[in-house]
Amino acid sequence: MSETTRAQEGMGVAELTAWLRRCTELIDEHAGELTELDAAIGDADHGANMKRGFDAVAGVLDDGTFEDVAALAKKIGMTLVSSVGGASGPLYGTFFLRFASSAQGSDPLDVHSLLSALQAGVHGIEERGKAAIGQKTMLDAWVPALDAFQRAGTSLATAVREGARAATEGREATGPMEATKGRASYLGERSTGHIDPGAASTALLWQALAETLARTDAVTPDGEGTTS
Amino acid sequence: MTGIVVVSHSRPLAEASVAMARQMVRDSGPRIEIAAGIQDPGSEEPGLGTDAAAISAAIEAADDGQGVVVLMDLGSAILSARTALEFLDPDIAGRTRLSWAPLVEGLLGAVVTAASGSDPTEVAAQAEVAAEAKRRQVED
Repeated sequence: MSETTRAQEGMGVAELTAWLRRCTELIDEHAGELTELDAAIGDADHGANMKRGFDAVAGVLDDGTFEDVAALAKKIGMTLVSSVGGASGPLYGTFFLRFASSAQGSDPLDVHSLLSALQAGVHGIEERGKAAIGQKTMLDAWVPALDAFQRAGTSLATAVREGARAATEGREATGPMEATKGRASYLGERSTGHIDPGAASTALLWQALAETLARTDAVTPDGEGTTS
Repeated sequence: MTGIVVVSHSRPLAEASVAMARQMVRDSGPRIEIAAGIQDPGSEEPGLGTDAAAISAAIEAADDGQGVVVLMDLGSAILSARTALEFLDPDIAGRTRLSWAPLVEGLLGAVVTAASGSDPTEVAAQAEVAAEAKRRQVED
């Protein structure tokens, strides 16, 4: 599969920038949907909050040049904690800050150092939210995505595609769950039957990552592995 | 004197809570800083939300060396306050207490206690007692 896929085999500042730009586009396109999901079980601001945050991210990308992946990721983390407004601000913000600490000294990130940086980021989310998988949060998309990435082995293109696929499955799996964290937990059993908005935005970030790092100039022979 | 930081999604809510608490101490109270609302591009009024960087700046401003107690509303206010602690000098973070007390009642208890010169641990404890005092008042 990897022979037919001319993929980026690392993440430098250019690839991180491209990922974030694609995140901004996807958040913008899906903001209404994220807010609708949040209206069902929360305070109906997730789409607007994420859009405000990623608009600020776009502003940072327009204005600055960055020495390396760690410097850019740190700036993005600080931007998100200050601009999102809702709980996803400190959660996604902490993700990028921990990603940055892990990425320190390696640029571009290869598949291994990218996995380490993603893992550091997700541990940050777990710690910040004091949450774990199965509680109807963004972690229900992040954790399976990381596992799939890790299982995929050494091809970066395969890893990000498998990660994105697992993130989407993880998002769907939040439907029947009962929330025990965040505002949705105030609803108890009434939170079941709705997709978690944080898991939905995380799936979009993974979709953006796959589209950015696994640009398949040649489609895989069996047609599998596409995420969009 | 132990400083106080009020973290809320809403700037008007924070300002009104502070005004109520200040009535108890008038000019002799502690330093109270507000970190509330979020800059909304295209709008003059701050939107509903919390900003971890603004919270860490407010904690620095409220600290005179004795430490700070942070009162919060809910949800992202708590996550943002925890995030803010990571941005601070470890000495300042080490003398900062996040209080679980409800915002209005806790703030009142905290401000009165801080005005008497108590340290952050005692100020946070008295903020938390304020919820119990209210329960007794309603139920008795």
